[in-house]
This record gives sequence, structure tokens and C-alpha cells, in this order.
Amino acid sequence: MNGPGTLSRRSPARGVLARRVSRGAVSRLAGALPVPAGWAAARLLVERNAVAYRHRWTAIVSGFFEPVFYLFSLGVGIGALVGAVEVGGERVDYAAFVAPALLAASAMNGAVFDSTINVFFKLKYARLYDTVLATPLVPRDIALGEITWALARGVLYAAAFLVVMALAGVVRSWWAVLALPAAVLIGVAFAGVGFAATTFMRSWQDFDLVQLAVLPMFLFAATFYPLSTYPEAVRPLVQVTPLYHGVALTRGLALGQLTPGLLLHVLYLTLMAVLGLAVAVRRLERLLLR
Amino acid sequence: MTEEGSPGADLGDALIRARGLTKRFGEFVAVDGIDVEVRRGEAFGFLGPNGAGKSSTMRMIGCVSPRSGGELTVLGLDPRTDAARIKARLGVVPQRDTLDEELTVLENLVVYARYFGLPRSVARARAAELLAFAQLTERAESLVEPLSGGMKRRLTIARSLVNSPEILLLDEPTTGLDPQARHLLWDRLFRLKRQGVTLVLTTHYMDEAEQLCDRLVVMDDGRIVAEGSPRALVERWCTREVVELRFPDEDHAPFAAKVGGLADRIETLPDRLLLYVDDGEAVAEAVHLRGLRPMSALVRRGTLEDVFLRLTGRSLVD
Repeated sequence: MNGPGTLSRRSPARGVLARRVSRGAVSRLAGALPVPAGWAAARLLVERNAVAYRHRWTAIVSGFFEPVFYLFSLGVGIGALVGAVEVGGERVDYAAFVAPALLAASAMNGAVFDSTINVFFKLKYARLYDTVLATPLVPRDIALGEITWALARGVLYAAAFLVVMALAGVVRSWWAVLALPAAVLIGVAFAGVGFAATTFMRSWQDFDLVQLAVLPMFLFAATFYPLSTYPEAVRPLVQVTPLYHGVALTRGLALGQLTPGLLLHVLYLTLMAVLGLAVAVRRLERLLLR
Repeated sequence: MTEEGSPGADLGDALIRARGLTKRFGEFVAVDGIDVEVRRGEAFGFLGPNGAGKSSTMRMIGCVSPRSGGELTVLGLDPRTDAARIKARLGVVPQRDTLDEELTVLENLVVYARYFGLPRSVARARAAELLAFAQLTERAESLVEPLSGGMKRRLTIARSLVNSPEILLLDEPTTGLDPQARHLLWDRLFRLKRQGVTLVLTTHYMDEAEQLCDRLVVMDDGRIVAEGSPRALVERWCTREVVELRFPDEDHAPFAAKVGGLADRIETLPDRLLLYVDDGEAVAEAVHLRGLRPMSALVRRGTLEDVFLRLTGRSLVD
């Protein structure tokens, strides 16, 4: 049972080398993350997640492909049928129109996935947070750490997707660089609310409700066609959804159509992030410090 | 030891002090105003049936459960306001192993050490030391999931030591382990005690309590019903020896009447009589002289288990 043969599947020398390289890289990455004051302890949880993901790096890589597939299927495929779309008085290629929306949507999807299913598993099954709370970390550090982690991944995906967008020739303005922080903001907003929602979940069935909220937003929040497609009466319904604001923000930046209205989107998403985080921390304290 | 005027100067050597400590969950009172004092370097036990309030007490000491009433200081600090500072100096072995299943054995230790803010190089060195201590060096690169129950428990204990804690909190440390694994764990806990680590543990294994604890309290229904060293408790609540008599009849009650006067206390169980006495052999002989012929007469020493059952009753607690 405990013979030396079962100890390691890798040859020792290769194992040590691989470990040294990847651990160094992981540590450097975690250490290089920007951390505002009060984030010091939270960062340790980010580091833990980075180490855990070394064992399943495929999960990280797969997250990158989703928006890329959408971009080529919709932007290039459907775009050939649609032609151009009118936005802000300009006519733009459908691919250029839909790409920033896909960026926003993938920021949302990534953040929601990380902050709901992943957090729920750690909370109820792996009991990771009970363990972490036996150390000097407090619930606030856990919420901040998990959201920072969701963001770190989000930044990676968003940056990669922006590069793909540029290569595909659908970026029309240098303002598009700002779509990266915008994607981060979208990520925090959805991660905060997602985390808060997760603290109320009792079983996996409750996650169907998350899908019920996320999928219609993905499809209908003026992601794939302009808001003007809807009749006047329906538009406010679309405009209250957070993804609408995310899409409008990234689209405005990527197309270089800067209007004061963009600040309104920023404000909406910021408020959502703050509120989500506040609720998440309070709920987590109630759940874990019984 | 402590300086005049410094916080905790009046504590003497009490690392944990509770006065009227209470924990309520809604209407339910889990811990009902207990007084406890744990001194530096001792092994202190909480005994009691399930639901007696042991784990709730441990969680309050571990700063992961706010108290509902009373006073509590740990290392001279208040868990309400100084949780992070206290936890930095505690080691916790929870009732259920909560190892990080997404990490390897070694990573479990290194990452846990990082939670305490240890630099990476220190964390790695400490992890290597603890792997040896827990006899898990050979499994360093293994994921946690395939480990045996005993290995997981040892890893959990090793993990609790990464920050060189002054107090080690162990909630039922050996529940579910086979005898070999239990003895190995006890051996490790003895070593820690010799190194001056204060052990606080809950258990419902009486042999474990007798082996490990210098002092213990018996809890029942959220209250402390007895306190002292294992030996003192046996002297106070039990007799030196116990005679167990089994008769061939279904009902043992009539036999209780026939041995009346021979023992300090007689307990009638469905399958046997227990006679609490000082000299077991003499009483067994006296039983024989009264013309009684039990199927078996066993003379044994009074144990902590007798004390426990006397104090907390024989009925099942769910």
C-alpha cells in the first residue's frame, strides 16, 4: 500500500523542476497582484487558489475560449448576414458591434461562475472557509480574497480577448484599452452580487435561479442587437439590468464613442459592487461565525 | 512571569479563563454559564456526551463563535476584539478533517502556513519538519483524497502546528481511528506536551482522557458537572473497584435485593449488576457465601467511564 512506487507518478527530478518553475511563477503572479490596504490577508487566499489551479489548469484555459468561439460564430458568421449596425449615429460592422458585448458578457459569466458554484462548493462541501477561519483570517478577508481571485482570472481573459479582438480587426479606437478596467469593474460587480447570493443558497438546485437570471441577460441585454430594436415600452426593462450597463460601457469604449452617459454605467456597476460586497461580508460572518 | 500592569498580569498562568460563559442558539442553550481555567503547559479535557456543549465551547475559545454571555479571555485577550491576534497563536484540530482536497499533502502545510503570514521559505521549511513529525514525508506529493483516515488526521494535526501554537485545541482528535493510529497520535500529543504546548481537547473516549489529560471537566447539558484530575474524579465519584455480576435470569432486579448491604452503591442493568466497592475480591466471596451463583463475577478497577456514566446517565443522547 505505502510502497515507494505509489508515491509519485512523475520522475523525482522532473517533478522538482516543474514544481520550482510553476511555484515560482505562481508566487510571483500572486505577489504582483495589486492589493489595496486591508487586502494583505485576502491575498493569501488568492495565492491558495492559484496553487490549487495548478492541478487543473485546463479549467483556466477553457474559460478563454468561450468568448472567442462566440466572436467567430456570431461576429464573423452571423455578421456576414447582418452586415452593418447603426450605433450612436455611426454604421459599424456587426463583428465590431458584438465583440465588446461579448467581452462584457464573458466578464459577467466568469465572475458569476467563480462567485457562485465555486464559492458554494468551498463553503458547504470542502469547508475551506471553516479551515481558513482557524487562522488569523476573518470572513472579510475570505470575501475579498475570493472576489480578487475572480477578478484576477477575469483580467486575464479580458486581456486575451482584447488581443483577439485587435487581431480580428474589430477594435476601432485606442479607447478600447479602457475596456479592460471596464471588464474588471463588471467582474467585481457580478462577483460581489454572486457571492452575496451564494450565501443564501441551500442546495445545488438554487443555482438554476442563477441561470435564470444570467441567461436572459446574456441574450436580451442589448448584447447582440441595439437597444433601439425594442419598443419604447420594453427598453427600461432592459436598461435596469446590470449587463446592459456593462455592455454599453465596453461598447462605448471599444467603438471610441465617449459620452457622459458612460459615467452613469460606471456608477451603476460601482454601486452594485459595493452593495454586493457589503452583503456578502455580513452574510458570511453570520454563516461562518455561528 | 507577567509584568505588573501589563494586560493579563492578573491572569497568572491561566491561558484560557471563562466565567459564566454562555452560548445560545435561539432558545437553545448550548453552553450554560461555565467557569473554566486552563493553565499553561497542562493537558485539559472536556468530557461529555454528544450535545453537552463541548464543541461549542471549543469554537468560542477558537474565536469562530461569538459568545452569548459571560466572560472569556484566551491568552489574556478577548476573542470579541482580538480574534486575529489570538488565532495567530492557536492551533486548531477540528472534529472533522477539513483538509484542502484540491492541494497535495505538502501544499496543504505550506498554504496553511502562509495564512499565518509566514514567509514562503519559512513555510516550506516548517512544512518539511512537520511532514517528518507526522510520518508523512513519503506522501508529500500525494493529493489528500487517497490518504487513509489516520494519515489525514496526522496531517490535520501537523497542519495545526505550523504556527508553533501556544495552545492546541483538539476536538475529538481520535474519533474514527483504528487503535494503531490512535496510539501513534497519542504519542505525538505527548511529545507536544513535553515541549510545553498547552493541550485542550474534547473526547468521549475515557481511555483517551485518562491517558492524556492532567485535568478535565465533565459537561452535561451545557453545564460542568464535575472537575478534577482523572484520578481525583474516580476517587470522588466512584469506588476503587467494581464487581460485575451476571446471572442466568432475564431480570436482575431480584438479585440486587439479595446482595444489598455488600456495596456502597448497586446499579442494576438489564444484563448485569454493578457493585461499587473498595475490595472486590472480598465482596465477590461474600456474594458466594450468601448462596448466590452468578454465571460470572468480574472484579475490575473503578474507571473514568464509571464516573462519566454516573454523572451523565446511561440513556442515549441524540
